[in-house]
Amino acid sequence: MASTATAPPAPGRRRRTPLARREARWAYLFLAPWIIGFLAFTAGPMIASAWLSFTEYDVINPPEYTGLDNYRELMADPQVARSLGNTVYYTALHVPLVMAISLGLALLLKRVGRWQGFFRTVFYLPVMTPAVAVGILFLLLLNTQDGLINRGLALVGIEGPSWTTDPDWVMPGIVLMSLWSLGSTVIIYLAALQNVPRDLYEAASIDGAGAWARFRHVTLPMISGALFFTLIVNTIASLQMFTEVYTMYFGNRETQNRFNSDAASFYVIHLFQEAFQFLHMGYASAMAWLLFVIILVVTLVQVKLSNRFVFYEGEDR
Amino acid sequence: MSRILRATALAGVLALAVSGCGGVGGDDGGGGGTATSGTLTTMGFGLSDEIATTRVDAFKRDHPGVDLKITEGAFDEQQFLSAVASGNPPDLVYMDRKLIGTYAKRGSIQPLTDCVEKQDIDLAQYRPAAKDQVTLDGTVYGIPEFSSVRVVYLNEALLRQAGLTVDDVDLADWAALPALNTKLAKVSGGRLSRIGIDPKIPEFLPMWAKANGADMISADGTKPNLTDPKVVEALTTGLKLIQDQGGFGRFKSFRDTFDFFGAENPLAKSQIVAWPMEEWFLNQAAKNSPKAELVVKPFVDRQGKPLTMSSGQAWVITKGAKNPDAACAFVKQMTATETWVAAAKARADARKAAGQPFTGVWTGNLNADNKIFDELYQPTGNKRFDDAVATIRSVQDAAFAMPASPAGAEFDKASYDAVNRVLAGQAQPAEALARAQQEATAALDEASK
Repeated sequence: MASTATAPPAPGRRRRTPLARREARWAYLFLAPWIIGFLAFTAGPMIASAWLSFTEYDVINPPEYTGLDNYRELMADPQVARSLGNTVYYTALHVPLVMAISLGLALLLKRVGRWQGFFRTVFYLPVMTPAVAVGILFLLLLNTQDGLINRGLALVGIEGPSWTTDPDWVMPGIVLMSLWSLGSTVIIYLAALQNVPRDLYEAASIDGAGAWARFRHVTLPMISGALFFTLIVNTIASLQMFTEVYTMYFGNRETQNRFNSDAASFYVIHLFQEAFQFLHMGYASAMAWLLFVIILVVTLVQVKLSNRFVFYEGEDR
Repeated sequence: MSRILRATALAGVLALAVSGCGGVGGDDGGGGGTATSGTLTTMGFGLSDEIATTRVDAFKRDHPGVDLKITEGAFDEQQFLSAVASGNPPDLVYMDRKLIGTYAKRGSIQPLTDCVEKQDIDLAQYRPAAKDQVTLDGTVYGIPEFSSVRVVYLNEALLRQAGLTVDDVDLADWAALPALNTKLAKVSGGRLSRIGIDPKIPEFLPMWAKANGADMISADGTKPNLTDPKVVEALTTGLKLIQDQGGFGRFKSFRDTFDFFGAENPLAKSQIVAWPMEEWFLNQAAKNSPKAELVVKPFVDRQGKPLTMSSGQAWVITKGAKNPDAACAFVKQMTATETWVAAAKARADARKAAGQPFTGVWTGNLNADNKIFDELYQPTGNKRFDDAVATIRSVQDAAFAMPASPAGAEFDKASYDAVNRVLAGQAQPAEALARAQQEATAALDEASK
């Protein structure tokens, strides 16, 4: 592998050795379960839904081709605009908060010495909680009169808001809930922090760098790869927010009969309702593709920007 | 497009949108024959209690040639639609009656005309409100069971504390409700610790509207009537009752703490004085709070005439069912008078063995209800509960139901969203209902094409 950097390109096509061919066959064999799974359960359905997005389809009767009607309709649908706005608002609040708090926690964890394993487990445990349970748990925690959060605020003289009914506070309440499961991000940051060479800090200290300067000029560049990864992953997850909020506000047919708020209407929830409750599968397919394109564009922008801010060890800058 | 491709596409929508997340198993004869053999599959039904097991056992006993496969669990739209899209639907589905109009209009369930005729099912035995909910454009698509009705529960001890009697709670007199409500509710320091009157909106808004002389949707389920001033007035009345109790935020958060199924229920904890609710709470109260000073009154219209809203389940035979004849025989037997009576007897025996009172079963079958309450039901000896049973029985005949609609789910969403916007302070009742009227009209027009 390393020789390819220095050796001149061979004239014509190089013949592979029998060993290389045999290895390639084995590689494909081991990759086959994933490839088959991807084709059958991801690529195939995606292609089918792309076709359905140009049809009127209720799942029960055969689809009817309607051209771009679904896309035109969703551009004019106020529910789509509202739910997309809510989703973007949530993402804008959730992602920076998760990254900042996780980094803070990871920095603290790095300092706790032999108790680190224990605290690492403690921070990761909430990630293991089923999303449905998290939704129900936070309905109780966010209760205006008797919830733990407002009781805590009352102790310091603050009258807590109506987290689940006041349209202005519904989204902050959901963001608060989402911070419950930041354990994965914390663990990724902790691993990245532990990989920062100690001699860099020593060299910076010798050069007179204080704590902030070491963090700004050594820690952040050295963990920027991890920061970038969590930025992408958390952004995609936020744009696809569904389970916890659906449990809290929409849930089953019984809870749909009770209060739910426009402020809690996320894009994927609206998509799910269109597909499975209103039987507009063609329209829902168009919604799904719109979301796919949005995520793709956002990710590409992030990747492009990362060229400026992300530093990989061994990279020449 | 093949069935496989369509089923695959269903997965695709979710794969795209929620890529991080993630069947049940002919001819469309409508169950017109009488031969019963082969495999019979169901969805949406469970063998959770003696009411279910007794009736299923009766079918198995009388139809030994049928291999009955019950996929237990509540009805799940995703599961059902996936099964339909893959061309492998169950023979029978047990679903909320209000869903039937939508599935009937789309052709995913079969008309039961032949089934009713060939199996000689007596439709007159079912309660009219239940029958209306399974009938679309004059065609029966489901066989109803259960008739859940709403009545008004009163905590007499709390009324006495407020210097009032049961007769002072007059739900016909809407003008007097705010004053009564304020007298009964307990709000101090902005904290609600007792609900005076809970109007139970948005779920019971159709009943308040009906009490005011308005239907929220036309009888054929195709035209919304949400801008009717009487509907607006009903919503305004309910809103006022909630606002006077500390506002919706406090009202909801307090109500969210209620446990209607345990010994710490709001009746036992004196957390609520008057509230309309489904009749099943009487069973819970009899079991958990037998000494509570509970009084049950009929919900009434503005002329004081008893009125209630009915709901329940129904059996439907799917398009593509492989064994419609056995399916038809099954629904006939499950909802027949003698089967219901046997199930009710099993329930009464179970309650007796557990030392708990038997307050009856509301089957949706008028003949069965009469037999159960005339012959099987025994007064508990607790006058409050015995009177409550009599009240519930009396209002069954005054029941109405939301009609089968080709876009029932969308109509519900539009009307609930309207009420929720009003409760959240985002819109006034007339404005919110006008928007809902537009949304519901668009959905119903589209679905009725």
